[in-house]
Amino acid sequence: MKFSYFPGCTLKNKAKDLDIYARRSAEVLGITLEEIENWQCCGGVFSTAKDEVATKLSSVRALKEAKSKDQPLVSVCSACHNVIKQTNHAIQTDKEFADKVNRYMAEEPYNGETQVYHYLEMLRDVAGFDAVKAKVVNPLKGKKIAAYYGCLLLRPNSVMKMDDPENPKIMEDLIKAMGADAVVYANRNECCGGYVSFESPELAKKKSLAVVENAKAAGAEMIITACPLCKYNLIKNGADIPVVYFTELLAEALGVKEDTNE
Amino acid sequence: MNKEYLRDEMLRMSGVNPKKCMKCGKCSATCPAYDEMEYHPHQFVSMVEKGDIEPLMKSESLYRCLTCFACVDRCPRGVEPAKLIEAVRLSVIRQQGANRLKADDVPAKLDDDMPQQAIVSAFRKYSK
Ligand code: SF4
Ligand code: SF4
Repeated sequence: MKFSYFPGCTLKNKAKDLDIYARRSAEVLGITLEEIENWQCCGGVFSTAKDEVATKLSSVRALKEAKSKDQPLVSVCSACHNVIKQTNHAIQTDKEFADKVNRYMAEEPYNGETQVYHYLEMLRDVAGFDAVKAKVVNPLKGKKIAAYYGCLLLRPNSVMKMDDPENPKIMEDLIKAMGADAVVYANRNECCGGYVSFESPELAKKKSLAVVENAKAAGAEMIITACPLCKYNLIKNGADIPVVYFTELLAEALGVKEDTNE
Repeated sequence: MNKEYLRDEMLRMSGVNPKKCMKCGKCSATCPAYDEMEYHPHQFVSMVEKGDIEPLMKSESLYRCLTCFACVDRCPRGVEPAKLIEAVRLSVIRQQGANRLKADDVPAKLDDDMPQQAIVSAFRKYSK
């Protein structure tokens, strides 16, 4: 199956690993990721204000491009996924917003037709975790891994609809498919502080450390995430266990981690 | 500024109906930025309803909200307090010269590992 792929600004720069391992793993699973041409940065956070229009147009253009190819759109970064999915939902549910947006769209209008996936959902719903498991060549046996969801993947649930927002299991299911043990802990869906590290590094530190301490207390030896900012905050604020992108672990389990210097 | 006008603007921008609030306080109880806020999410709801928006516009609380949507998902009445905070914050930083974060401030805050996502997100929340 083919997807229109929206990598996002960070995956072309500080989070290259998140991108490269995602592409390699998709290949193994028989999924083709076609990078959207001329995609532009999603902006990192979705504004819930109904009269914010211009800041959402980059997402709309990406969605429209996917529609023109008749492909679903997928991204790996939690933030890109959140912004693009919330924008799509706003177009589907707010007529006035859709009308404003379409004044900027040349030729054909866009009315929210594209299906938006996060890479994890693509693994679960398109490839299937059983198929992932069948392709694992290096099972991560005995590793105790904590999934860190943060906020962007799950909320607002009325829009994101990825999983139960208070008791998610999509990443735990992936961890199990890779042959490792999933560590469940309370703070896995609490915020790391996000962009507030700009305004109040102390607040980000408190929130990030609470996540790490809680995961460790539950026995975690490693934390996985889909978000470059979560990873940065947890590490910068003193995580003393490895914090890695879930795609890196997936590539390792699928036996395609080597040869990263493209 | 006229209280009613400001209130109507906030409601229009956010799409929130503060009258649905039953004052249970769950939004503030779950807010990860609670300790750092002068006005908490439930207070945004009741103060916007009363039209007491000017104190909110002056408050540092606007820049402490993490947009984590915990208050949105966990409110039993679907009030969505974060949308009001966003509306008040935008109505401040949309004013001329009122950017919270200026491009010139950024280099001092950078380090080698900071992802681009942090910078673009901060600009979205703190600047127009
Ligand atoms: S969105 Fe803002 S106000 Fe709401 S819980 Fe998160 S930090 Fe608190
Ligand atoms: S959680 Fe909802 S109903 Fe309860 S105080 Fe907050 S806004 Fe009001």
